[in-house]
Amino acid sequence: MRSFVARRAGMLVVALLVSSFVVFASLDLAPGDPLSTLSGGRTLPPEAVAQLRAQYHLDDPFLERYVHWLGNVVLHGDLGTSIAFRESVTSVIGARIGTTIDLVLYAALLIVVFGIGLGVLAGLRRGPVDSSIVAITTVFAAVPSFVAAIVLLSVFSVNLGWFPALGGGDGGMDTIKHLTLPAIALALSAMAIVVRVTRVAVRTELGREHVETAVSRGIPYLQVVRRHVLRNAAIPVTTVVGITITSLIALSAVVERAFSLDGLGAALVQAALSKDFAVVQGIALVFVAAFVVANAIVDVLYAFLDPRVAIGSRAA
Amino acid sequence: MSTPSFALEQVRTRRRRVAGHQVVFWVCSAIVGLAVFLAIFGPLLAPQDPNASNLADAFVGPVSGHALGFDSQGRDLLSRLLTGARTSMAGPLLVVVVSVSAGATLAVAAAWAGGWVDSIISTVLDIMFSFPAILLAVLAAAVFGAGLTAPTLALGAAYTPYIARVLRGAALRERAREYVAACEVQGLGAWTICARHLAPNLLPLIVAQATLTFGYAMVDFAAISYIGLGVQPPTADWGVMVSTGQAGVLQGYPLESLTAGGSIVLVVVAVNLLGERLAAKDAEGR
Repeated sequence: MRSFVARRAGMLVVALLVSSFVVFASLDLAPGDPLSTLSGGRTLPPEAVAQLRAQYHLDDPFLERYVHWLGNVVLHGDLGTSIAFRESVTSVIGARIGTTIDLVLYAALLIVVFGIGLGVLAGLRRGPVDSSIVAITTVFAAVPSFVAAIVLLSVFSVNLGWFPALGGGDGGMDTIKHLTLPAIALALSAMAIVVRVTRVAVRTELGREHVETAVSRGIPYLQVVRRHVLRNAAIPVTTVVGITITSLIALSAVVERAFSLDGLGAALVQAALSKDFAVVQGIALVFVAAFVVANAIVDVLYAFLDPRVAIGSRAA
Repeated sequence: MSTPSFALEQVRTRRRRVAGHQVVFWVCSAIVGLAVFLAIFGPLLAPQDPNASNLADAFVGPVSGHALGFDSQGRDLLSRLLTGARTSMAGPLLVVVVSVSAGATLAVAAAWAGGWVDSIISTVLDIMFSFPAILLAVLAAAVFGAGLTAPTLALGAAYTPYIARVLRGAALRERAREYVAACEVQGLGAWTICARHLAPNLLPLIVAQATLTFGYAMVDFAAISYIGLGVQPPTADWGVMVSTGQAGVLQGYPLESLTAGGSIVLVVVAVNLLGERLAAKDAEGR
């Protein structure tokens, strides 16, 4: 197990390096020279140009610049300066990351509670409950987050007036109220997928011999479900919950835009639209890092739940 | 006496279920067929010019000659929906073409060559998993400019490892089969065996994967257009229309956003169900 974690950590470092390299190299891939990409086509005063040139070491060879850039990011948390906001990218991120974290955690909570809950319910109960949950989740799995956002806005904000339509709220209950519809929109299709995977996992375990044996020995049904069905079903369910929650990180950009939330994702899209390249790079880096780290955590968690994974990968 | 009638009941239920599946299959095929038809002929079928706007008509509901009424700019909504099918379908199609051709090539190459080629390809794929599709598309739009091309190519690249991983496993199993050995004994070259024998046997799985990917790609590409980095307004596109209709949603005129969003959902549900069916059929056949 320890060697599995160590190897996974090694892969994590490689993935972080490569993805940071891709984010960095995108500056040079852009048509035109890096300086005009960084300025987003704006005409800057000569001092600002000189500052950009010095900050990005634009006169140095490519790889040397990458090392400089990465060193600044890792050692000083320095991601450059935003041209549109006129402040450091780090403070642009710092001011907005809270909203995104709240949103993603809220959505993750919904996925865990309702995704797994309804999945177990559908798995254990055959008949109309099961088939209606299957039918609904088939549709919900195909609803894009921004379409869900529009429907939720239309019904619960405009028509019923239960929830505010826009903005992030000012802390406490107000934030929860403001983030409820966005979190539902963000979680909806992922939740549907979790329900479906959980249902199949529970159904599969119910049909296993050891479960039938336990039932035939007269062990109370609830105990069989808890000890024999759910424990084994937890393995695939944890994986899919992990994967779907990590996928929310990037998707939050779309939902934040739909609800005019002032989060990281909205800032990323705004920066991409206004060609504020330093902000695009900085936030993309934060998102990729969060995604990669979350995936590594899911893998390790999976190996703890199902030790065969760690053993199997050693044999391979 | 009760046993046969019970068995009969079971057979009936099963038949009904099979018939039900058949109905779902035909309905889904019809929806996808219609969407493809609209993607090709939609702009010709549009009763009005999708971009002709008359602000006096903004948010006016259905009237004769304008079956769905007008959008926020006073443009004919039905015409925009019909026209919008083209980019909404072409985007994900491009994603599928890129990701499936790249994924299949990498998978077959890895499975055929094995050894260090396989380890390099597998490692590269593992690393490619670290980029969420939407993020790569946003990055591509920031670097190369918003539009149809850059985000779809980025989505195609982001989906490649998912397809390659599934196909590599299947290709490895095919590689170990006797007919491949028989071909090799006959002295056929690697290219011929891969292109003529191995790939055709993988085709059902490739089609299933392509169909499922189309569903995901349609959602992601519409999202990119919705946030303003894909298809650009005033072009009629379902993702764009959900976005331009949002002002109307807040004023109580949600028709533009809901019809465009509904079209996306309908096509994606149909594509997903077809893809799942194709995948299940393929799994049965193996």
